[in-house]
Amino acid sequence: MSAVSFEGVSKIYGARVGEAAALLAAGLGKAQVLERTGCVAALHDVSLNVAAGEFFVVMGRSGSGKSTLLRAINRLVEPSAGRVRVGGTDVGALSAAQLTHFRKTGVSMVFQHFGLLPHKTVLDNVAFPLILQDVPEAAARERARVWLSRVNLQDYALAMPGALSSGMQQRVGLARALITEAPLLLMDEPFAALDPLTRMDMQDEVLRLKADFKKTVVMISHDPAEAVRLADRVAILHEGRLAQVGTLDELTARPASVDVAAFVRGFAPGVVHLRPGRSVRPR
Amino acid sequence: MFPEAYTVSFAPAVNAAIDALVANYGDGFRLAGRGVLAVIVAVEQVLRGLPWWLVIGLAAGAAYAAARRPVLAFGVAAALTLVGVLGLWDQAMQTLALMLVATAAAALLGVPLGVALARSDRASLIARPVLDAMQTLPSFVYLVPAMMLFGLGKVPALLATVIYALPPVARLTELGVRTADPEAVEAAAAFGATPRQTLWQVELPLALPSIMAGISQATMLALSMVVLAAMIGARGLGEEVLLGIQRLDVGRGLTAGLAIVLLAVVLDRITQNAVRARAAR
Repeated sequence: MSAVSFEGVSKIYGARVGEAAALLAAGLGKAQVLERTGCVAALHDVSLNVAAGEFFVVMGRSGSGKSTLLRAINRLVEPSAGRVRVGGTDVGALSAAQLTHFRKTGVSMVFQHFGLLPHKTVLDNVAFPLILQDVPEAAARERARVWLSRVNLQDYALAMPGALSSGMQQRVGLARALITEAPLLLMDEPFAALDPLTRMDMQDEVLRLKADFKKTVVMISHDPAEAVRLADRVAILHEGRLAQVGTLDELTARPASVDVAAFVRGFAPGVVHLRPGRSVRPR
Repeated sequence: MFPEAYTVSFAPAVNAAIDALVANYGDGFRLAGRGVLAVIVAVEQVLRGLPWWLVIGLAAGAAYAAARRPVLAFGVAAALTLVGVLGLWDQAMQTLALMLVATAAAALLGVPLGVALARSDRASLIARPVLDAMQTLPSFVYLVPAMMLFGLGKVPALLATVIYALPPVARLTELGVRTADPEAVEAAAAFGATPRQTLWQVELPLALPSIMAGISQATMLALSMVVLAAMIGARGLGEEVLLGIQRLDVGRGLTAGLAIVLLAVVLDRITQNAVRARAAR
């Protein structure tokens, strides 16, 4: 069974959703749909599967629908059509209480600009998801300390997030996401705001933690080098549609469109830092 | 000239409505007014009952807690001592009591209002001209009916002060909640926070510097209403100013005016530094 599955998922913002969907189905682009209906088509008819334990990277230009795709998984964005399943559960069918429970235990998330609470200490930021689950404060803090040491921040427990470097802040974000022990981790361009060296350290860290704790990861990136280092499979979105999904080798060998080819160029060796035991050969 | 045939007069209808309100519900309003009066009088009795040096000490302590600067605490103590030296200590405490109650009421009403306005674009659109009106409508326009309903004295004065001081609290609360880091708010939702948990644990703490700035402004606006409050029978520094004007006693008026300024400076320094200290943290 796949960890996450999308079945014909669409998201259209605006009043005339039906009309916009029909135009999209007829093959019109985002700009034309916006001009004719005033609706913004964020995502159109995306179907794909993420396997359990997979590192799945979603790529695409700005505005291609990556962020909408990711947020449809934990329903921060409500799809206008289609079905999203996580571990067999239809996320769209959950009641408000069930959705809250699913977000507490089934899925967690890391944000581009960290999304930390500036008025709470590093320790309390990491403990925050447990506090929301009504775990007693002392127990929550104790577990937060364990997770802080796993991301090597044990010495900064009582610092405020604003006093930390951006790389350290994202480690806090990572510890906060992992503390719930949810099997599925969503990452929204988690390392885009970091400098290149810190980014590589963090990539190694995520690979290590993913292996240690057997997570399924869905990550947005627009850095091809990052995809090469991390991804088992890559999905490329273009104007809200799924352009292609597959392993790096598949995409490199048979890019389905000019746009995919543009991303594949970035996978070429020499430019990228390969993960041990992997290769991307130019053909 | 605007043609006379097209003019409409609302005055008789409004007069009739107010008369009916006074006649039918006057007792209810007076009862509510008495409750409010009891609160103001209690605060006033506490402030006037405390020894002067203790009040000065408390104010200096609050200034030091807000800013962690001994100079500021010393300045606050000196300003309040000067009020006493001017012979206006008792009047200053009366004014301070009315102001504190008015500011507390403006905060208690304004913060929830601001949260509601941040939640609903439509409510915000409707509230904006109402808040503008609260700050620009000449106070006597609603003070006269308020006096008819509540009688002379502190209660209508409090009402006028709250109406004038509430808009900045509501506006700045709305601003603070609306501009709270969207990723932090989204993160709370992503980890399963209910809207109420998100409000109390994320949005309000992030909006706190803005809310405090609103309350700080409210204290200043409340202080600017003291002379008007005196005109409808509230005692205090405003009364002194009024007496000075009425008797052409320029010195007396100016002395009371100086005491109002000193009180304003003291409150402003304490609240502003509380805002800044929170923002820096």
